[in-house]
Amino acid sequence: MPGPLVNLLWLIGILAEAAVVVCALKKGAFRRYLLLNLYMAGLLLVELGRYKIVSEYGLKSTQFQYFYFYSDAILTIFLYFALCTLYSHVFSEMKAERYVKLGALLLLAGTALFTYAVVQQSTAKLVTHFVVDLSQNLYFVGLVLTYVLWGAILKLRETRTRLIQLVLSLGLYFSFLAANYAVRNLYPSLSTVFIPLVQLCGIFLPLAWAYAFWRLPEEARLAPARLAVIPR
Amino acid sequence: MMAAIILVCSLVFLLQFFVSYCRSLIAASIKHPLSAEVQDVTGIKNSATGEDFDRVVQLLQLCPDRPEDRSSIQAIGAYFGLLGFMRSSVARIIPSLQAWTETERGQCTYFAAVTLERRIAFSRDMFAQQLET
Repeated sequence: MPGPLVNLLWLIGILAEAAVVVCALKKGAFRRYLLLNLYMAGLLLVELGRYKIVSEYGLKSTQFQYFYFYSDAILTIFLYFALCTLYSHVFSEMKAERYVKLGALLLLAGTALFTYAVVQQSTAKLVTHFVVDLSQNLYFVGLVLTYVLWGAILKLRETRTRLIQLVLSLGLYFSFLAANYAVRNLYPSLSTVFIPLVQLCGIFLPLAWAYAFWRLPEEARLAPARLAVIPR
Repeated sequence: MMAAIILVCSLVFLLQFFVSYCRSLIAASIKHPLSAEVQDVTGIKNSATGEDFDRVVQLLQLCPDRPEDRSSIQAIGAYFGLLGFMRSSVARIIPSLQAWTETERGQCTYFAAVTLERRIAFSRDMFAQQLET
């Protein structure tokens, strides 16, 4: 069984994920950011499933490992498409939705092919390795895409505060997870140290989104010049 | 090699997203005028300074916690610490950064004061609801 700290972080995470969906529903933002909210609802169900499996089989059981990595891969693909809807929001005036969808599908297929090409060199447990590596690669692709979207937001002088905060918190989440996977590849012995850190990061995203839905109305605007890291 | 490159890129992006996220939180609160009561309590009249941050955060901790504010105040606290580090290290070499970090630290304090005001209003509402029942 996981320790009390891990259990506490797990519980806070589950509550925060539920809070996002509730806040979005209460503030009428559920349909506007449909995929983001469906991702959060999916994450909530997966977390409950993980908790049930851990309490039945234990944290180090094969059942949990398989459930964790397979559900993580599905959720990452879901989050990838949720990120693409943020692109659609930013480029809505350009009517570029079709191109965004096409580009997203091509990039996803490209990432999957690249992952397969790398993984097929190792013969054992091909599908499992593919699933784990696809998640890792998609985190990095998601990070780069969020960074490009952030650049577009600054360039197009996007002023919607809620949208900006959703994108930035997603960028923070992707960059932390990509860094975490990179550290785990470089220093495999440190992987256990990062479990509570990953959980903390997992809590940040739903809390940040709940804040954005609850505290910021859709009409809230801010000056784009205030957001650049380099003072203007 | 690939993992090291991904790590470096991720850390650079992480820092940039973190600073931008904190600045977006501050920018969203900067238009909010402080009530006379919070101005009296915090001592912030016209502009806030970084020196007041710890005091305002201590006042914040006296009010009942609100879950949706938790991540934002922690993020601003970390941003304030980062600015303090920059002020005592890089800003000594680049003097123009000194004024910028000081302005940013003052805005962090203002954000904390706005959060304090929201928590006071929330506590009042809860107290009023309790009285009604």
